[in-house]
Amino acid sequence: MVALKSKLTNWIHERFDFSYVQQFASEKKVPHFKGSFWYYFGGVSLFLFIVQVVTGILLLMYYQPGAGTAFESVHFIISKVQFGWLIRSIHSWSANLMVLSVFIHMFSVYFSKAFRKPRELIWYSGFILLVLTFAFGFSGYLLPWNTLSYFATKVGTEITAVVPVVGKPIMHLLRAGDDVTTATLTRFFGLHVAIFPAIFAVILSIHLLLIQVQGISEPESWKEYPIEKKKFMPFFPNFVMRDVLLWLIVLNVLAILAVYFPWELGHKADPFVSAPVGIKPEWYFLFMYESLKYFPAKIWKVDGEVVGVLLFGFAGLLWFLVPFWDNRTPKGLRNRLINYLGILVVLFIITMTIVSVK
Amino acid sequence: MEAIEEEKPSRRSVLDRLLQISAFGWGLSILYPIFAYFKIPPEGESVPTSIVAAKVNELQPNQGKVFRFGNAPAILVKTPGGEWKAFSAVCTHLQCTVQYRNDMQKIWCACHNGTFDMKGTNIAGPPPRPLEEFKVTTKGQDVIVSKA
Repeated sequence: MVALKSKLTNWIHERFDFSYVQQFASEKKVPHFKGSFWYYFGGVSLFLFIVQVVTGILLLMYYQPGAGTAFESVHFIISKVQFGWLIRSIHSWSANLMVLSVFIHMFSVYFSKAFRKPRELIWYSGFILLVLTFAFGFSGYLLPWNTLSYFATKVGTEITAVVPVVGKPIMHLLRAGDDVTTATLTRFFGLHVAIFPAIFAVILSIHLLLIQVQGISEPESWKEYPIEKKKFMPFFPNFVMRDVLLWLIVLNVLAILAVYFPWELGHKADPFVSAPVGIKPEWYFLFMYESLKYFPAKIWKVDGEVVGVLLFGFAGLLWFLVPFWDNRTPKGLRNRLINYLGILVVLFIITMTIVSVK
Repeated sequence: MEAIEEEKPSRRSVLDRLLQISAFGWGLSILYPIFAYFKIPPEGESVPTSIVAAKVNELQPNQGKVFRFGNAPAILVKTPGGEWKAFSAVCTHLQCTVQYRNDMQKIWCACHNGTFDMKGTNIAGPPPRPLEEFKVTTKGQDVIVSKA
């Protein structure tokens, strides 16, 4: 066994020189301090994405898009196929945990100012990945073609129409027509399993590659530290082993959630029944959904909804561009505004979500 | 002295082996559901033993018709002599669906030129076995095909 392994290694070494990879891997290190815990959430998000890819491909083995087959095929998966209920339930739970993990990862990067120069591109690519994660969630939600997903998609796509000028065409493009129909289902299916994964893979590769090039961000407070005061942990194997252990725990949590709280399928979508009472979007859209309710019907001469949607769009843009307008941090100055603003955003999201759930 | 040390496994090597075994078991517990997931569940609907394949006046002598019998195609033929015959329409060679050729007065498979006579016997080409024959009865206007 050992002889075979060394033979194989030699065979490869004689053909490809991977010594620089080994060199790189042996030098890769992670800052070791009391905030190191937050570094794991990037890895957890990546792991949950891998779970999504694997379970998503498995679901593709039986799923059939189309108004007459989508609901039926998911029902077939969870009732007839061996472990189908488990695969589907893990896919749904993992999607939700991934959004949560991505959120935690983003805020930890934000508060530790890890977006500062020269890391702007990592932040930008990360933000695009966040938006794509939402897009995955939104498009995947429709695929079982049940009542909840049907109306959620109707409302969600309708919202885009309030944006002046470009809104209506975007809505039309998303729905593949004027209304949510079978054509929308087919379109969302294509987006969910082909277009989004392709874009995600490219952006994720860039995101990960840039981190390898620049190394893992050191905390702000280390700026003034002398070299000998900085503590590091080797990435291989110390950090990776911890990473793997956490992934194992996350997978077990997923299994427990999927087994004890299996994801419901609900009733088949019917465009000619009323929307069910208490219908709500997925929890990660709740804060936007709830805040839009508080806008009056008319603000001056403009629809309140238009103002709300544009405000959220603007806030998202500001968030995306934080490395651009935060010009104090790169100079090594403290920028408390960033912290206060971040805390405000977190509190806003949590409060609005709680209010909406109640 | 050295030989004794080699025989006695160290605490670390025992722990390593335990870790390997549990990792292997864990891997199996992941792979087994995935493997089982690929198995197509058995078809829920029961396969009928008889079916109305056609109406009596639907076929002329020397004419055939492929129809659905349970989950598989079957072929009904009215021979030039006016006799009803029914067979499985799945060629015994490579599972293509056969057809009735009125010019040959035989059942013929387009895929590899296999030929069967009116008893279902494989008489030419690659098919290794005869076609399964079904029983045909007429009841009023219905031509009923049933498994023998």
